[in-house]
Amino acid sequence: MSIWEYANPKKFSATVTPIIPWAFALGLGGLAVGLIWGFFFTPDDYRQGATVKIIYLHVPSAFLAINAWLMMLVTSLIWVVRRHHVSALAAKAAAPVGVVMTVMALATGAIWGQPIWGTWWAWDPRLTSFLILFLFYLGYIALWEAIPDPDTAADLTSILCIVGSVFALLSRYAAVYWAQGLHQPASLSLDAEENVADVFWQPLVLCMVAFGILFVALVLLRTRTEIAKRRIAALEARARRSEVRV
Amino acid sequence: MPDLGPYAVPVLAAYAVSLSLFAVIVLSSWRSWIKVKRQLKEVEKNGES
Amino acid sequence: MKAVFIRDVTLAFRAGGGFGLALAFFLIVVILVPFGIGPDRAILARIAPGILWVAALLACLLSLDRIFALDYEDGSLPLLATSPLPLEGLVLAKSAAHMVVTGLPLTIAAPALGFLLNMQAGAYPWLVVSLAIGTPALSMIGAFGAALTVGLRRGGLLLSLLVLPLYVPTLIFGADLVRRGADGLSVTVPLMMLSVITLGAVALMPFAAAAVLRINLR
Repeated sequence: MSIWEYANPKKFSATVTPIIPWAFALGLGGLAVGLIWGFFFTPDDYRQGATVKIIYLHVPSAFLAINAWLMMLVTSLIWVVRRHHVSALAAKAAAPVGVVMTVMALATGAIWGQPIWGTWWAWDPRLTSFLILFLFYLGYIALWEAIPDPDTAADLTSILCIVGSVFALLSRYAAVYWAQGLHQPASLSLDAEENVADVFWQPLVLCMVAFGILFVALVLLRTRTEIAKRRIAALEARARRSEVRV
Repeated sequence: MPDLGPYAVPVLAAYAVSLSLFAVIVLSSWRSWIKVKRQLKEVEKNGES
Repeated sequence: MKAVFIRDVTLAFRAGGGFGLALAFFLIVVILVPFGIGPDRAILARIAPGILWVAALLACLLSLDRIFALDYEDGSLPLLATSPLPLEGLVLAKSAAHMVVTGLPLTIAAPALGFLLNMQAGAYPWLVVSLAIGTPALSMIGAFGAALTVGLRRGGLLLSLLVLPLYVPTLIFGADLVRRGADGLSVTVPLMMLSVITLGAVALMPFAAAAVLRINLR
């Protein structure tokens, strides 16, 4: 029994079909609990007032925006090395979800920045990096859409994802060098002495877990859709071939 | 309803934007799956006959 | 490799090769900026390094699709790919030709356009140095983008969308180098970073571009 068994599209679809509704239920339920907890039952921050409640949306979406790209990088590498179709399709399925997460992080950030920093947008390293990440997502999706042959598209987008990761990292450091930041350092990290206070921390972690589960559910669902699309194309191609033979 | 003070508009706007973005991606993913599932059934049926 | 390089350069210099096009585009963008910003000399002097770099980058982008597309259309690219020259060498030769045809003229013309934008005197040597170091990176990264979109009809717009985000670090360090030169600050950090990007791109991008070409020629 190894994880590579699930590289078989049929086995993958059969396995995830019962998981998907549960994952959605768990993700949406967790999100509802986390957001209600955060929205109704946490105090206001003494400096930022009620705007601190935006953290329950901003931090998880930013976290996932980056991790969605990392997931695409890993699945792209698996496709390049082992050529499992499910892996390439999972990368394709994750990209639009990553875009939504990036937009959500940018939008909530802008709405949060307006009252606190007095501006919707600043050319701050973190903000700029996210904008660049957004452009990388757009290019990646556009390349998938542009190439008709599925295997060629999977190959080319994988290489773009790998090369893009290097440049995204480089851009991140370039942006740090280029601008001094308004943005506070990471809200959650394991080694920081001072993290966000516990009252905010608990619902925040719940929200992050819920976002994560929801992301997994969306990617599984979209991957299954892509597999089914691929199967339709294959069956139609076979039908056309047999027609020609008759 | 908690008292949001002067920040009611931004906080509610952030929640509205995020939840509607979530709704868009979840609903569009489900709809495309249902469409593709129906197509697949049709194609598989045609293949057998 | 040398033959490919010479062939590409001579083709570009012939009539209709598009040699002057990038240069003319560069000129026009730089001339348009004061019309948009207004003729205030102090503002123009402040933004001159950035404008010159962005304009050079766009001019470079304009001619990228010629690197592989023309050879792909007339069928000589598969022939070149099956020749004894490794594909990586072909990519290197072709991007070097692109650099000589586009990057080098831009580098030479840039100081003249600096006068139009009232750039500070201290910035001129650094403008030439930064473009001389930076344009090879632009050509190499661009060759990768051109290889990605080589088989596509209407690949031009997609090419810009793919390549422009990859240009961000080069642009940041290149323009900052000129800005620091203009202000008389130390230029060591951006100079070294720009060189690192160029050397890294020259060393690694041919492999990525060749891998992509192999897939596209399959």
